[in-house]
Amino acid sequence: MQEKDSDTEITAEPVVGGLSRRARIMKNLTFIIPATILSLMVLVAIFADLAWLGLPDVRLAPYDPVKISLPDRLMPPFWAEEGSTDHLLGTDKMGRDTLSRLIFGARISLSVSLLVILITSSIGTMLGIIAGYLGGRTEAFLMRITDTSMAFPPILVAMLLVVSMDPSFFTVVLAVSLLGWAPYARLIRGETLRLREADFVAQARIIGTPPLRIMLRHIFPNIINPLIIIMTLQIGLLIIVEATLSFLGVGIPPPAPSWGNMVNDGRNLIDIAWWISTFPGIAIGLVVLSGNFLGDWLRDKMDPRLRQL
Amino acid sequence: MVRFLVIRLLQSVVALVGIAVLVFAMVRISGDPAMMLATATSTAEDIQRIRVNLGLDKSIPEQFWIFVQDVVQGDLGESLFKKKPVTGMIGAALPNSIRLILPSWVIAMLGALLLGVLGATRRDTFLDNGVKFIAILGQALPGFWVAIVAVFIFSVTWQLLPTSGLGGIDHYVLPVATLSFFLLPGMMRLVRSSMLDVLDSEYIKLARIKGLPERTIIWKHALRNALIAPLTVAGMLFAMIITGAVVIETVFSWPGIGFILVEGVMARDFPLVQAIILLVAVVVLGINLLVDISYAYIDPQIRYQKT
Repeated sequence: MQEKDSDTEITAEPVVGGLSRRARIMKNLTFIIPATILSLMVLVAIFADLAWLGLPDVRLAPYDPVKISLPDRLMPPFWAEEGSTDHLLGTDKMGRDTLSRLIFGARISLSVSLLVILITSSIGTMLGIIAGYLGGRTEAFLMRITDTSMAFPPILVAMLLVVSMDPSFFTVVLAVSLLGWAPYARLIRGETLRLREADFVAQARIIGTPPLRIMLRHIFPNIINPLIIIMTLQIGLLIIVEATLSFLGVGIPPPAPSWGNMVNDGRNLIDIAWWISTFPGIAIGLVVLSGNFLGDWLRDKMDPRLRQL
Repeated sequence: MVRFLVIRLLQSVVALVGIAVLVFAMVRISGDPAMMLATATSTAEDIQRIRVNLGLDKSIPEQFWIFVQDVVQGDLGESLFKKKPVTGMIGAALPNSIRLILPSWVIAMLGALLLGVLGATRRDTFLDNGVKFIAILGQALPGFWVAIVAVFIFSVTWQLLPTSGLGGIDHYVLPVATLSFFLLPGMMRLVRSSMLDVLDSEYIKLARIKGLPERTIIWKHALRNALIAPLTVAGMLFAMIITGAVVIETVFSWPGIGFILVEGVMARDFPLVQAIILLVAVVVLGINLLVDISYAYIDPQIRYQKT
């Protein structure tokens, strides 16, 4: 809709060196396709079953994702010779339905990412604004921590946590959040530095607005665009981190399905049952691609300065 | 410069102590590591004995002091699982990791330079789009999955290469190839965007006006300057390498640091995991220190301002 407006605007004016018609359609496709894929994934995750509405029997997934059924073990996808339409994407070594596990896996993988994004963006934005606005020693100190955090692989933090606690949804979110705020802090600090020198901030300061109010009312609304862009770009990154943790056995513990631990399940069976590892890998790839494309599109649309992101 | 160095070095030491406290605290969050070692048949006395052996019967500050003393003396404890000194295990695994990481890093670096520069100088051509496509794909597909699929294709189906373990040159092909593919996209993106920035600058325009051949401008004038910017992300690059090594070593059962780390985590071998993480922390801080010093060396403003 907004899309349409800007299009008519462009065609209404004589544009020199503007995008060709084909290029514009391509640009819109890089929004429509990933946005559709992500929305579908979110819907699938929400409606995997309706247990959260008190209706555990109503579900989108054809089977219970953790139900073991040994007679059905290692069935190939339906198009293979021995496949059947009972299990569209086959079953694993315990006869669990791959499609159902993928659907429930979407719920786990997406909720880890969203939760982590909410936590880390709040912390990172706060620290970034404080560092950028206050400057001086506070800034030097916060940025030193930020740089160190960015250089420290989240996988190691997760491993440290898992050695002392059992792996769980909670440890994954905690482990990734502990360092995950750093990219936000770094970006938002840069934006705040720029805004600090802007006229409207200087005027607010002159009339005696307290620093906290300046940060909240004058700076924060102006960093929302870059914030949304980086949050979108983080979706893919976090899906990969979660999958990697689960693959290494320090993420979502089995039997709960996560795309990462599904790949791990199929790892040693890859020669006789390729589908167990392949489908979750494709699902990860799709979501990550969509998140990255959507983030790039938003960036080009809202804030082309941020090419470095 | 000396003042800057001293202050910066002190900061690193403080950071290291901070990390040591964090590591120490995190390992003990659960309360009692002795319980994890206890089996179903352990009696209360057995558990108490484990506790005394590990020094867990002492107070927390006392434990921390002993831990610091040991670490400073280079004693990182003994593996609970293998009953060997942790330092020895790390010493044995480290060369294997380096043998994997070094060639992968060199290949990824060369590839990133070549493709990044080509992508930046031939924008929106078929080549640039191809380069972007590789970068996008490499970032979207998880490294462990790519490695597994590669094993399936090259080792299982075509039986060209070994599936795992150390050995001759053929054992290196798949791990090195997949690790390079894991590292390449991120590095390429950096080179590409930093090249694009440099190519916009005044001195490149001047070089063009002077009539220098385009090849000299790109590969000599622009690339040299473009390479300074990625220096800031040396730390991030290191994080990527560690992650990649852990994943690839696990998939290929390559007996390096990442492999023994994952083994250690599975066996709840906390002295081993703690030691490896401290080691990584030291390297991370060292890299940040080196980056800062080299910046201060290049740019005098930093020397005076950032104290």
